[in-house]
Amino acid sequence: MKKEPVKVKEVPAEIRVGNFEEVVKGYSEEEALQEAARCLQCKNPVCISGCPVEIDIKQFIYHIRQKDYKSAYFKIREKSNFPSICGRVCPAEYQCRKACILTKKGLPFASEDAINIHFLERFAGDYGKNNKLDVKIEKEVNLSKFKVAVVGSGPAGLCCAGELARKGIKVDVFESLHKTGGVLRYGIPPFRLPWDVLDFEIDYLKKLGVNIITNFLVGKAKSVKELFSEGYSAVFLGLGAGVPSFLGIKGENLCNIYSVNEFLTRVNLMSAFKFPEFHTPVNVGKNVLIVGGGNTAMDSARVALRLQKLKGYPLNTTVIYRRTEVEMPARRLEIEHAREEGIKFEFLVQPKEFSGDEKGFVKKLTCLRSKLGEPDSSGRRRPVIIEGSEFDLDCDLCVIAVGLKANQILINATPELKTDKYSDVIVDSETMECSIKDVFAGGDIVGGEGTVIEAMGMAKKAAKAIIDRLSKKGE
Amino acid sequence: MKIISKKIINDVGGVRITQLDVLSPEIASSSRPGQFVMLMAGEKGERIPLTLVNSDKNKGIVSLMFQEAGFTTKILGKLEPGQSLYSLVGPLGHPTEIKNFGKVILVGGGVGIAEILPVARALKEAGNQVTTILGSRNKDLLILEAELKSVSSEFYVMTDDGSYGKKGFTTDMLGELLKKDKYDLIYAVGPIPMMKRVAAVSKEYGTKTLVSLNALMVDATGMCGCCRVSVSGEVKFSCVDGPDFDGHGVDWDELEKRNKVYSEQEKHICRLLGQ
Repeated sequence: MKKEPVKVKEVPAEIRVGNFEEVVKGYSEEEALQEAARCLQCKNPVCISGCPVEIDIKQFIYHIRQKDYKSAYFKIREKSNFPSICGRVCPAEYQCRKACILTKKGLPFASEDAINIHFLERFAGDYGKNNKLDVKIEKEVNLSKFKVAVVGSGPAGLCCAGELARKGIKVDVFESLHKTGGVLRYGIPPFRLPWDVLDFEIDYLKKLGVNIITNFLVGKAKSVKELFSEGYSAVFLGLGAGVPSFLGIKGENLCNIYSVNEFLTRVNLMSAFKFPEFHTPVNVGKNVLIVGGGNTAMDSARVALRLQKLKGYPLNTTVIYRRTEVEMPARRLEIEHAREEGIKFEFLVQPKEFSGDEKGFVKKLTCLRSKLGEPDSSGRRRPVIIEGSEFDLDCDLCVIAVGLKANQILINATPELKTDKYSDVIVDSETMECSIKDVFAGGDIVGGEGTVIEAMGMAKKAAKAIIDRLSKKGE
Repeated sequence: MKIISKKIINDVGGVRITQLDVLSPEIASSSRPGQFVMLMAGEKGERIPLTLVNSDKNKGIVSLMFQEAGFTTKILGKLEPGQSLYSLVGPLGHPTEIKNFGKVILVGGGVGIAEILPVARALKEAGNQVTTILGSRNKDLLILEAELKSVSSEFYVMTDDGSYGKKGFTTDMLGELLKKDKYDLIYAVGPIPMMKRVAAVSKEYGTKTLVSLNALMVDATGMCGCCRVSVSGEVKFSCVDGPDFDGHGVDWDELEKRNKVYSEQEKHICRLLGQ
């Protein structure tokens, strides 16, 4: 008899929109066992090829089936520094679950039948966290004399730092913000990735010996060159893609039009949802529009909705996207969650112009309807504007979530560092080394906007190359 | 981030200007005139930008000066030597372009006077002939007069009530000077209405005018766009593209409105916490 996938428990929509607590509750032991039992334990598992860091999925699920959760945890840890984070934020439906044998061929994302690998990963990760499982360090004596500087404490930087520290290399991570985690902290809302989970994973790295220096902006307070002269043997750049794109339309600088990064940073990093206990404000709209179709659009929509609820306003937040739901780059689960919570969607809509009141606050967004034409370079069908389809939407707060570009401060301060037309850092794809010797890079600063696990994949490659080089030097 | 010393520069008629000297060897040794820092007074605080007034590389100390006008600056004013800021990062923004322009006029208003001091010193050192015009509501509110006088070959004070120097706006004097003589650069820092007027006056004479903008910021590293300003029809981020911009190109009305986007919350939090 075919076993049904085990659904994960979630906080009901009407309750969760009133707070910033985690929405997905995760599997109980019983549920995890039930889901793990569905795994076919294929002789030649194809799921692993869908994981950017090649977690031995078959084996860790096997351990769960044996109720040997500790082994499951360390099996994942062999490849991933952040099981509890990835189990929560990985777009598994485009990665391991899509590769799972139970996904029907030719689908754009995983079938519902595919094993819920991410929930099992989260179960194992949280087991390790809750049981305070010990850190394993392979101290390599001949590498402990080296120190490496990591710039940025986001997923790429932290992952690289962890890989190096495991080999006994001294690692200093430089972070310009006052808190660690990069986009995991300022970008992803706590209802998707709770702060205690993030703190646990970062503390784990600190136990490995990683030293994190916050409030330090490399490129301004110190140059890359100066880092080398201070005795660092290599530098890893995990700068991230934080520069917000705007639409470039009229009226976009009106008050209450936020970039997605500003909106999320105020609420996540600065806790503006707890104003005035926390001193950073954020405005709350009655007619909120979110422009975009990615994960940051879903996150900001759900944040805006929660702010409305906390303020006692009727829930009225609408996502407008220029293509259709199928083309939305967001995780399917987030789209589903957003819809359950009451977010409205307007597809095939293109913003044309904002207008505002005499005080400079936005009041209206004029839009155009479009239809799908031929596929563009991304393979998605291009939206084509329908002439004469202009219409107005009431809007007193808007979040522009249409993409993020490479952070520029360090790049501008380091002219020897070669970049491509997107201002991303150019690297050797095998070693992740940049145009400057002993400087490596990974994450969004290389690939543009990607996922946490993709950033980790690149960071691991770079770490391996750094370790190889230092090993040669060490001999 | 430890506060080494604190000086009340001025405290009259409910206007208090305070200087904090803060230990930060990295910022002190890497900063240049015109750059700023972001700071948080406490863990739950806002991130606010403040211009560096002085950097003592030998002692590793940076000086910050602010008028206790808003909620966060009032909290800052309550900190004492020995206490630490929760967060301090910098130096941020581009330094002001320093070279021998020839004849330059510096215009400072209110606490903006503190911000022109390091630029005035650097311009003087680069061989410029420095003329300074300071604006203040009255005699008592004027700050750093002696310091700026010492680097200026010509020096003027304008007060709203005529209690000191000449009665009138800084732009009255600026207009007079520009009418009589040719200048190569004007550098102005002060309240938005003042900078806006300076730019309007100097535009008539076609004199290059730089202003240091005080837009609202969150991360101040180019990631949020809160500080975006329109300059000559282009959208710029004050934090990474500025803070200095061509005063003739700035959309002042937009900046003025954007800087008031949280004025309601500011009133609310000040009331609530009895500030």
